[in-house]
Amino acid sequence: MKRFSTFNAVSLTAGFAFLYLPILLLILYSFNAGRSVAVWGGWSTKWYASVFSNQQLLDAAWITLKVAFLSASVATILGTMAALALARHGRFAGRTLFSGMVYAPLVMPEVITGLSLLLLFVSINVDRGFWTIVLAHITFTMCFVAVVVQSRLVSFDRSIEEAALDLGCTPFMTFFRITLPLILPAVISSWMLAFTLSLDDLVISSFTTGPGATTLPMKIYSDVRLGVKPEINAVCSMMVAVVTVTVIIASIMTKRQEVERERAERLAQTKS
Amino acid sequence: MAAKSIGPIRRKFAPWDDPSAKPLIRIENVSKNFGSFTAVNNVSLDIFEREFFALLGPSGCGKTTLMRMLAGFETPSSGSISIAGLDLAGIPPHKRPVNMMFQSYALFPHMTVEKNIAFGLEMEKLPKGEITARVEEMLKLVKLEGFALRKPHQLSGGQRQRVALARAIAKRPKVLLLDEPLGALDKKLREETQFELLDLQVALGMTFVIVTHDQDEAMTMADRIAVMDKGQFVQISRPAELYEQPVSKYVADFIGDINLIEGRVEKNDLGKIILGSDTTGGMIEASGESAVKNGDTAWFALRPEKVSISLSPPENPSVNTATGTVWDIGYVGDVSVYHVRLDGGGTMRASIANTRRIVERPISWEDKVFLTWAPDSGIVLTK
Repeated sequence: MKRFSTFNAVSLTAGFAFLYLPILLLILYSFNAGRSVAVWGGWSTKWYASVFSNQQLLDAAWITLKVAFLSASVATILGTMAALALARHGRFAGRTLFSGMVYAPLVMPEVITGLSLLLLFVSINVDRGFWTIVLAHITFTMCFVAVVVQSRLVSFDRSIEEAALDLGCTPFMTFFRITLPLILPAVISSWMLAFTLSLDDLVISSFTTGPGATTLPMKIYSDVRLGVKPEINAVCSMMVAVVTVTVIIASIMTKRQEVERERAERLAQTKS
Repeated sequence: MAAKSIGPIRRKFAPWDDPSAKPLIRIENVSKNFGSFTAVNNVSLDIFEREFFALLGPSGCGKTTLMRMLAGFETPSSGSISIAGLDLAGIPPHKRPVNMMFQSYALFPHMTVEKNIAFGLEMEKLPKGEITARVEEMLKLVKLEGFALRKPHQLSGGQRQRVALARAIAKRPKVLLLDEPLGALDKKLREETQFELLDLQVALGMTFVIVTHDQDEAMTMADRIAVMDKGQFVQISRPAELYEQPVSKYVADFIGDINLIEGRVEKNDLGKIILGSDTTGGMIEASGESAVKNGDTAWFALRPEKVSISLSPPENPSVNTATGTVWDIGYVGDVSVYHVRLDGGGTMRASIANTRRIVERPISWEDKVFLTWAPDSGIVLTK
């Protein structure tokens, strides 16, 4: 292993400090015994206890989890279907346009996505609330799923599917018996990605929500405007924990899948 | 595997010469275009039951496309394909009475060897007991007993090749398609497996259609070979005919090694053709029938192993003789190939079997040599 030069060590430290110092401070102050956000008053876990007795916060957290679970699940199905269409069916009319349109929401400003969805819901006269948030989250997370799954399908050996067809398996069953099991790690990690994206979304949720449907990020944001309470630090720390764990699991799965694929490819090359 | 030689079966087998024989696979005027590129250009072919048929050609000649049309992965742009009288148009791959062994083997990586082989049988909805019995039979056939519970990545290349074969024949298809089945094996294993496949094909009584770019493979195994070039068949014959009686310079050059000597036709009658050649500086006398006329340009195609090389001049040096200087010697062990620069320009090759254990050969570099051949050793080609 090469040793770090001084310059590299400094840039690494500065970079990580820039990225993580705010989050570390947040987590540290969630254990602050004092009421003030800025003054350290010793260690305590009482704010965590108080979160669990704050019914409003708990309700918001429950709604957020439900939204994230539902939208991630639907987005995974739709995104996988879009990825299959893009990766499998070669050149069909409008393919370039379609793939461009699948990817566009990745770079679309959230405000625009949120606003356009709001306009849509208003114009078709839907009661805004829980389900409109779910729909909105499906919309913006499914393109992430499509990207992740498509990149797996690109390296997928098509002759494996052809072999299944050749042995008498219908195209529909081939998907469930051959294709899906093989791309499952990518599908699961894309679900996790969609889940975390939905979990911490504020802008799109704010545009598409209605009475009675307040997600955790919305609740935190509105509370903070009235002054930061230590409770909020505790909630945020827990969110950081959930997101971190999910992302780590997802990336481990992707990594393992890559390693396995590399090994399979190596074996295929050496043959005999 | 068969304890007796399969010779008697193979020698008698020639249904394509029998006008009353019904072909199993009938390919009629089939073309396949990809955009403006014509991969297969209006080909027709009959393949008979129990035949071992090879499609041979360089990459890009259309052989794989033709096979994929048989399997149903490509649809002909025009023409028709039928198997046992059943027109395959519109029948998807999973309903065709053929199975295919893929070049990459295409084993299901998430299933064990056993599950891979059972897959096609499960799709057929055979009873459980029968599936188990059939899988066992297949494992025994390809000598992989004891490997049933391994995953594909735990097998060697040769073993994977055998799993792919077992999986493809487990359903006992009428026709087995093999796409470069031995391409990924090393030379020794490939040669062994060629004969194993051949014995297996006779034992199972199945029709095999193999796609390969390896002429040795095609020559060793096939009853008939179709040589393809630019989407068309150039010649369809038995291996020996292909080698000894190629119809064109392309076939002669593609199958084995050949000397092509250009000449003018001076006489053609009574099964004897005389060519005048500037390359040899004399006459070439060839026996055989050909439609060539006096004055035509033709090529005398002569295999290197049918050329004799000598340091002393022959009795009649004006016929079937070329003189030159040894330029290169390729020693391969069993044969030595002499590259001779002819006095009349050009190069000829003569390969001499090394029948005796001597390190120093009497003919060496820069020796002046005489190359001679018999009238019936080569063939006159016009294209």
